[in-house]
Amino acid sequence: MTYNLETAQHPETLRRVAIDPVSRVEGHGKVTILLDDQNKVHQVRLHIVEFRGFEKFIQGRPYWEVPVMVQRLCGICPVSHHLAASKALDVIVGAKKLTPAAEKLRRLMHYGQMLQSHALHFFHLCSPDLLFGFDSEVTKRNIVGVALAHPETAKRGVLLRRFGQEVIRVTAGKRVHGTGAVPGGMNKSLSTAERDELLKDIYHIVQWSRDAVHLIQKVHTQDPGLYNSFGIFRSNFMSLVGHNGDLDFYHGTLRARDDNGKLIFDHVDYQQYHQYIEEEVRPWSYMKFPFFKSLGKEHGWYKVGPLARVQNCNQISTPFAEHERKEFVDYAGGSPLHAPLAYHWTRMIEMLHAAEVIKELLHDDDLLSKDLMVEGERQMEGVGVIEAPRGTLFHHYQVDENDVVTMANLIVSTTNNNQAMNEAIRHVARRYLNGREVTEGLLNHIEVAIRAFDPCLSCATHALGKMPLAVELVDVEGQVVHALSRA
Amino acid sequence: MSHTFTLDGKTIPFAEGQTILQAADAAGVFIPHLCYHPDFKPHGSCKLCTVKVNGRQTASCTMRALPGMVVESETEELNDERRALTQMLFVEGNHFCPSCETSGNCRLQATAYHLGMMSPHFDHFFPSRAVDASHPDVLLDFNRCILCSLCVRASRDVDGKNVFALSGRGIKTHLIVNAKSGRLADTNFTLADKAAQVCPVGVILPKRHGFAVPIGERKYDKAPISETTEGR
Repeated sequence: MTYNLETAQHPETLRRVAIDPVSRVEGHGKVTILLDDQNKVHQVRLHIVEFRGFEKFIQGRPYWEVPVMVQRLCGICPVSHHLAASKALDVIVGAKKLTPAAEKLRRLMHYGQMLQSHALHFFHLCSPDLLFGFDSEVTKRNIVGVALAHPETAKRGVLLRRFGQEVIRVTAGKRVHGTGAVPGGMNKSLSTAERDELLKDIYHIVQWSRDAVHLIQKVHTQDPGLYNSFGIFRSNFMSLVGHNGDLDFYHGTLRARDDNGKLIFDHVDYQQYHQYIEEEVRPWSYMKFPFFKSLGKEHGWYKVGPLARVQNCNQISTPFAEHERKEFVDYAGGSPLHAPLAYHWTRMIEMLHAAEVIKELLHDDDLLSKDLMVEGERQMEGVGVIEAPRGTLFHHYQVDENDVVTMANLIVSTTNNNQAMNEAIRHVARRYLNGREVTEGLLNHIEVAIRAFDPCLSCATHALGKMPLAVELVDVEGQVVHALSRA
Repeated sequence: MSHTFTLDGKTIPFAEGQTILQAADAAGVFIPHLCYHPDFKPHGSCKLCTVKVNGRQTASCTMRALPGMVVESETEELNDERRALTQMLFVEGNHFCPSCETSGNCRLQATAYHLGMMSPHFDHFFPSRAVDASHPDVLLDFNRCILCSLCVRASRDVDGKNVFALSGRGIKTHLIVNAKSGRLADTNFTLADKAAQVCPVGVILPKRHGFAVPIGERKYDKAPISETTEGR
């Protein structure tokens, strides 16, 4: 755990290379690299350059508006924000335990989102790198290239995502930015027709998810030299774990481990998260740096998301995904695997688990029940935590006696991975860029490391955009000496 | 004896004393409007119901129907003007439909859809208006007020309370609460008042109700405003 390469000693004497914006990620970020005359790397930083301000402008709004408003943070996984906010507000309205129907409907919505988000990331954003190579022909390194070379894979990617979006539509009313969850429960259940429509497709969705795990497993295990070491750094990791330590995306308690897999804390009620986690602000990024209080800023940073979750849980409750988890753990050899590219493998195991859970839920008649709401003694403060596709997501609100929000704190999944992503790109810069002429292919290696985390930079700064790549080499006088563009 | 006039070429019967809008409504013909409500005297302020009678523009909610009138409503010229008026209402307030609980039940939004409004067209004013959350059962969100005065009329004429009034003039006209403090909690307003039921947008809201009605079951999810019963 080192801050090496975060801040150069004499930046004024160095050349600056910027990857701005980083492409094929959600939101807008840039990477800057400072090089000396021999192209030796002195400083590497992932900057998040947009500011969203949601925490501020929901102050003064009525609390029941929040789950619908805050999901506008993101167009990729709005359900995460919708549900994390709803869970926090369940606490505010005194809904200690939801009805079985409401909890299962929310879980269905969330696992539908997990499926569509993981499918989007793997097939649309990353498969070009994984199938063609990191420095392959740039004009083919995209989803259109995948569709031409591997049409069946591309088609499945599209259809897996569509299925997940349909699950969201029937539970939230819309594919993107719906209203299904409300403080204390849900506003709709499924009709028999909606459930039956999903049941028609779920069995091949499960099978295609199994095939996706096997595809990435093959890619990973065929080139262990690259996949086990690319961008590697060791770190602590954290996630929610459910009942009996099961993998659980919707609810549970916080568990953290160190880089050797030893527990740092476990069974932590997330209402008390602020006793365990603190956030640091650094002047060069709008994204904060969270860390475990007990270990301090320097050693307390951690990673979240699929690689953390699959290695943090005791088991997975569904049979196919559990089988794949064991395969992964066996491959890792009994201690945590820290390779960023292993995120892809674990992400597909999670997609398979999501598909299996959806299948189970669709056979549960509670989804058709109209018993959807509970309430209890009103509280002034509530925390909601959920495992979003990209990792642990915290929503924390205080509400006054007039029902108006007075404080909001959001720690989004990508923020939890801030230091981890910076470490990964520093490792790649040291390994691949140091002392070499900078090319587009080499710079894509940096982006591959960032993409492994599936960062949502829009959420992380509380934007949405499609990013062309622009790279400039600037000398000490600020003159552009070399420019590359992927506009 | 029943009289008739023509509206866009269609014969509309009317009873003596009915306005053009009332007669059109009774005949099932939609003329866009925001400040008119069948339970109250016409106000004639929003101007969305403007039609041409024998070639001259007039508000159909205040104009008495007369035998033989030739009325035009669904013309490009009139709908362009109605759309511009609607766009002005959107930019004068803070109408954030994506997070508004009245979305799907809102007359302003439904009217904008009916008129094919694709953008606000004008620069937003982004006025700074705080919500009044002081009342235990009702939230006032002044950001969405379109100055239809329906709450003013309902509170005065039906509830007998005079809780609301329009203050200021011209572009500075705004809705106020009739209490020394200016807060709704310091009035005798209740959720059962007629004034709590008539807001066509999302200003007067029952607290803690929010998004209880799912997408698909809201008023204008089921039918566009031109096909819904207008008696709200």
